[in-house]
Amino acid sequence: MSKLFVAGVVAASLIAGFPAAAQSVSEKLAPCLACHGESGTSQNEKVPSLGGQNSYYVLIQLVLFRDKIRVGEPMNDLLKGASDGDLQAFADTIAKLPAPKPVDGGDVARMEKAKALAHQNRCDACHRLDFAGTENVPRIGAQREDYLAKTLHDYKTGARHGYDASMADVLAPLGDPEFTELAYYLARTK
Amino acid sequence: MALTSMSWKPMLAGAIVGLMALPITLNAQQSAPGAAPAPLPAPTTNSVLMDAPKNPAAQKLAPVAPPPIAKAADQIPLSKFKVPNGFKLEVYASGMVNARSLARGDKGTIFVSTRLLDRIYAVTDNNGKHEVKPLYSGLLRPNGIAFKNGTLYLAELNKISKMENIEANLDNPPKPVVIYDNLPSDEPHGWKYLAIGPDNKLYFNVGAPCNICEPPPTHAQLRRINMDGSGMEVYARGIRQVVGLDFHPVSHQLYFSENQRDWLSEDLPNDKLNRVVKPGQEDFGFPRCHQGNVPDPEFGWGKGCEGVSKPLALLGPHSAPLGIRFYTGTMFPKEFQNGLFVARHGSWNKTKKFGGDIVFVTLNANGTVKSVKPFITGFLQPDNNYIGRPVDMLQMPDGSLLISDDWNGAVYRLSYSKAQVSQAR
Repeated sequence: MSKLFVAGVVAASLIAGFPAAAQSVSEKLAPCLACHGESGTSQNEKVPSLGGQNSYYVLIQLVLFRDKIRVGEPMNDLLKGASDGDLQAFADTIAKLPAPKPVDGGDVARMEKAKALAHQNRCDACHRLDFAGTENVPRIGAQREDYLAKTLHDYKTGARHGYDASMADVLAPLGDPEFTELAYYLARTK
Repeated sequence: MALTSMSWKPMLAGAIVGLMALPITLNAQQSAPGAAPAPLPAPTTNSVLMDAPKNPAAQKLAPVAPPPIAKAADQIPLSKFKVPNGFKLEVYASGMVNARSLARGDKGTIFVSTRLLDRIYAVTDNNGKHEVKPLYSGLLRPNGIAFKNGTLYLAELNKISKMENIEANLDNPPKPVVIYDNLPSDEPHGWKYLAIGPDNKLYFNVGAPCNICEPPPTHAQLRRINMDGSGMEVYARGIRQVVGLDFHPVSHQLYFSENQRDWLSEDLPNDKLNRVVKPGQEDFGFPRCHQGNVPDPEFGWGKGCEGVSKPLALLGPHSAPLGIRFYTGTMFPKEFQNGLFVARHGSWNKTKKFGGDIVFVTLNANGTVKSVKPFITGFLQPDNNYIGRPVDMLQMPDGSLLISDDWNGAVYRLSYSKAQVSQAR
């Protein structure tokens, strides 16, 4: 389902194109929120929720996608030609969307163990105790479980290079089994 | 406020005790009541944050990221950067996101590298107007650049390349040709500084792949190679990370800045200015010894700081010294001759940030440090926020000094004239 859906969105936005004359920020963002969720919570497999994401972090990622330093479709295509001003406006607007809704429930023992893992590895330092992050450090609380697991995996393998080396550094002692547990926990943190 | 190279007395009382927490892994066995306790998992590589104290103030500190868009020239807060009497700072070129290392071509092109992006900028002088042209895409941590005889050399994360005859082909720059790639690919401290020595060799660092750990024998060192990539030698060891080096104009000895470990304490260790006296033989201490006289609480037992090459100067805790540049021009007053500027990028691992300035280091006749004095201040403001962060410096033929700033995405030009010396004080 999601590949066809994404293709449709890409087609729509390529027709709309960047730069489009006299479009408001909301109009330009509409194709984005079609995938990422207008309410801030994404319902699409491996597409991250953007609600309440720190605007500085969003700006960094949008620049990396526009400049194809972070490689991934359809993001590279959708952001082609966007101006710095566009990206700043998108980042500011996205930050105002409601924070994503966490998954309900979760096995108590499993959550406790994963919470300790997150604390031991100091995820709750940079990303803060409530996992809302700050400035260049993203909100990861209540992010999609599949996106979190994939992101940690990609940082570890080097498939995704961060803006800086911080994530590569902190993931040195961890692997996929830990990523599975961390993703399970973070997706359910309130 | 002048800094001198005083020793900081280690304050290693109970504060260190909490730093040895072991990681929990998911394979840890639960022991039945009355049974022998399950063995603790072995400690794994310490990362930048695994050593962080569990203290609310410490929890608030995270690495700082520079803005991913450049400031417009008229938005750069130049008047807030304070320079000494007689000196003037102006914007040389702007619009270069993440402007880092500087190199000058034979034809006068100024090359500016990046660290967090994938390109190099070329700045050309078009009748006094400085025009910026981005070159290349897809480069990985292209921080290190150096120029010689028509060729630009580039040090990325894990390879060193050359681009020949580049100035004549800025509109269609030559594809980088790899000359050396026997390098690890670790991201932590993986970005490189590159310089060409008076011996016509390329010098660069391989940083420690961690905040604090026992590095493999291939890491935490300075290397040099011939201009064609052959003949690699390890020039100095026990170095956590180097992001600036230069050669004394008379003795030709290699001086370098070194960034020390995080999460030991707010005020320790100091970052360093070092000098290599015995190529191939010296150990600058990492990981067992910091700032020349502070044994590491984990790795420093036993040998401690024995046999470690001491720093020439302590440059303040978490000040992040990057580019260093000997001054040999005639524009600045005589007292600057054969001294060196050091750009202190500024802290992230310190509640009250330190640095965010450029200091000038005066040397004794034997090459040791006489004094370290703040020279340009204001990149770090009293409210503890950055309005700029200096990275590298380059001396121009007229004796002025170019300074890069990766916060604003700009390069400044520092000049001096007697006419600029203000009479009113």
